[in-house]
Amino acid sequence: MNTGRSSVRVDDRAIIERSDLPRLFQVLQQQSYRVVGPTVREGAIVYDELSSFDDLPIGWTDEQDGGRYRLKKRADKALFGYVVGPHSWKRFLHPPVIHLWKAKRNGQSFEIENEQAETPRYAFIGVRSCERHAIAIQDRVFMNGKYVDPIYKARREQAFVVAVNCGQAGGTCFCVSMKTGPKATFGFDLALTEILEEKRHYFVVEVGTELGASILRAIPHQEAREGEERAAERAVERAAQQMGRTMDTSDIRDLLYRNLEHPRWDDVANRCLSCANCTMVCPTCFCTTVEDVTDLSGQSAERIRKWDSCFTLDFSYIHGGSVRTSPKSRYRQWMTHKLASWIDQFGTSGCVGCGRCITWCPVGIDITEEVRALQESEQSIKEATDGNA
Amino acid sequence: MVFIVKPEIMEQTVVDPMLPQPYRVQRVRKETCDTFTLELEPAPHPLSGAQRGAAGGMRFAPGQFSMLYHFGIGEVPISISGDPSEPNRLIHTVRAVGAVTKALCKAKQGTILGVRGPFGSHWPVEEAAGNDIVIVAGGIGLAPLRPALYHLLAHRGQYGRIVLLYGARRPQDLLYRRELEHWRGRFDLEVEVTVDAARPDEWRGHVGVVTTLVSRASFDTRHTTALICGPEIMMRFTILELEKVGVPDNQLFLSMERNMKCAIGFCGHCQYGPTFICKDGPVFRYDCLKEIFGKREI
Amino acid sequence: METLESLLAEHPFFKELDPRYITLIADCASEASFKAGDFIFREGDPATHFWLIRQGKVSLEIFAPGRGPIMIETLSDGDVMGWSWIVEPYRKQYDGRALELTRTLVFDARCIRGKCETEPKLGYELFKRFAQIFGERLQATRMRLLDLYGVHS
Repeated sequence: MNTGRSSVRVDDRAIIERSDLPRLFQVLQQQSYRVVGPTVREGAIVYDELSSFDDLPIGWTDEQDGGRYRLKKRADKALFGYVVGPHSWKRFLHPPVIHLWKAKRNGQSFEIENEQAETPRYAFIGVRSCERHAIAIQDRVFMNGKYVDPIYKARREQAFVVAVNCGQAGGTCFCVSMKTGPKATFGFDLALTEILEEKRHYFVVEVGTELGASILRAIPHQEAREGEERAAERAVERAAQQMGRTMDTSDIRDLLYRNLEHPRWDDVANRCLSCANCTMVCPTCFCTTVEDVTDLSGQSAERIRKWDSCFTLDFSYIHGGSVRTSPKSRYRQWMTHKLASWIDQFGTSGCVGCGRCITWCPVGIDITEEVRALQESEQSIKEATDGNA
Repeated sequence: MVFIVKPEIMEQTVVDPMLPQPYRVQRVRKETCDTFTLELEPAPHPLSGAQRGAAGGMRFAPGQFSMLYHFGIGEVPISISGDPSEPNRLIHTVRAVGAVTKALCKAKQGTILGVRGPFGSHWPVEEAAGNDIVIVAGGIGLAPLRPALYHLLAHRGQYGRIVLLYGARRPQDLLYRRELEHWRGRFDLEVEVTVDAARPDEWRGHVGVVTTLVSRASFDTRHTTALICGPEIMMRFTILELEKVGVPDNQLFLSMERNMKCAIGFCGHCQYGPTFICKDGPVFRYDCLKEIFGKREI
Repeated sequence: METLESLLAEHPFFKELDPRYITLIADCASEASFKAGDFIFREGDPATHFWLIRQGKVSLEIFAPGRGPIMIETLSDGDVMGWSWIVEPYRKQYDGRALELTRTLVFDARCIRGKCETEPKLGYELFKRFAQIFGERLQATRMRLLDLYGVHS
């Protein structure tokens, strides 16, 4: 086994043996990164700060379907043998709760203390391609417009990304339809593909940035050979074949705009509980609310930003009432925004095909099925009118 | 289908847009039983964290809004209703309907409020040069239109006929009463005011909905820009009337309203179809909204 | 010197009406002027006339005990005033009061109704035009019913 060679460069492919991978953790921790990655908690694989390599969900996999998520033990000791869980990286880049500023009363006046807490320096281990696309989508939301969110920007700029290419797909995955995976093609410092063979367990590493290269140099690795690279490609292809769902995205924006009054929305509304799970687990949903709170003495006040959801009744409150009072209108708002308006707003779809909304919906509403229903309905109308022509 | 035609948004360097700047209440004027006009001036005040107060006042374009913060209670979006050529007198007309607005309306002279802004798109007063202008205001909708009227009157020569049509509930609900009478007295401005109902001893003007004033007013419909603001239903019917007399859709401008938390396009609350009312609006050209305007629960 | 007929013919309300019918209607028409403050008609009066306001302003009012008179609509130049003559029980529902000097063309309703009996097509033309007025007034009234400028919760 060679020690790190200082000649590794961007776009190079290398091999890290399973036994050397914990070194990645140590190196990142030595570089003062807070290492965040998947870990098992309360029956799910979530993202949290990892204190050691052993916190990874070694030997676990997940079974996902509409409204269903179960963990199962694997026959092997794969480190990344599962797909995505209820968390996404947005909880670190776009925190669920954050204090914006504090203010103190001063007679008729007040003074604002705008001390920002230190920006955490995260290293994300295990960013899937769909998730990397979701991060890119949120980059456009928070950093591309007239205003830039300083909280997102600061965390984002410091984040070190170790992507993981999926070797298997989940029951609700459809990244292939959304063209967001399974292979990570951009935006990572390092990308790993896990290969488990009978006698060998190793990772094919792709170097994405100079920073990634510098980290890799401190980890024992070797140049990847053709056979190993092909094994990685095969793993990803296998994942691409296993997609649990599909979505035909041709003309999808106009499909949704054309069907704002379609009876299908009533159908969904009968099932939707407006529980907001989908918006919480969706890696691109970004809505927040702002709360101004004060202490009992009324002398100090604080502004807090929290995640919010368009599914709440209050979300669209004006003039003594809400604009979207019916659950139907709120579901329609979410889905139309995600698949159609997002394109007008930010130039891409808001959906990356991760399937979380399908898995975590308590009643199993499936966004791919809803789209299909609209498409089929238009198709049958078209066929009926063509038949009559 | 083109949804978003972005009228030129005034470029403005704002200090951290989520941080309120201190403004002092100079004067509070009661307009009606529940509506007050606050006159604010910048209160330069070093904030800890090295943010300086807005010493130069707030340059804004007519139609834009601010987020007004009352210490400890909260923040609301309020249209700026003052004269854009006087940035040091920042004026907002506020209706007391909730906790924050009630507190704002009770603010005394000298109180410091937090102001963020200006935000949003503006009435196309510059692009409309050469046209007749019809302003149709309903209720408190006159507040975001007043800055436009100030601009138009300050550049009177650039425009043809200018017509102001204003409707309110009762005579005692009329805003800017003294100014209205002053405007009515001008020879180069047509002003018609109507109320929904009135007692004859208190009112000698029109009684009826503001839409009935449209067909009576004199303007060249083919060369007219209409600026409309008021409750959505009132705007809907006003648009119908203006279309009936031949004003084209791309010359109708309205001001929309939705729930707002951040005013900078991040919280997502103000979305209306694919638009964010805080940054693509609140002023919209009607043909860009036509497809969704009036659709239920959008 | 304009004749009544030519005044009628040029008014938008009678636009495209057959000149024969204009003559018939003119037979029932005359001019009437009212000073500011004059009551043109009172609530409960039999609906014997309707008016075309040439110039001026009229307020339609209703009296509520305890509240006094309330103006519910003002009509001015070019407006048609009075439709109770066309539907039973042919009775005025509101007071009509001139707010300023008001010049009108006034039409004898009984005379018009008589002509419509002999010339039903005239009746149809008038009904079409009055239906338009009903629609507009109803629309305007409904809009105020919504109390758009009020605070709602």
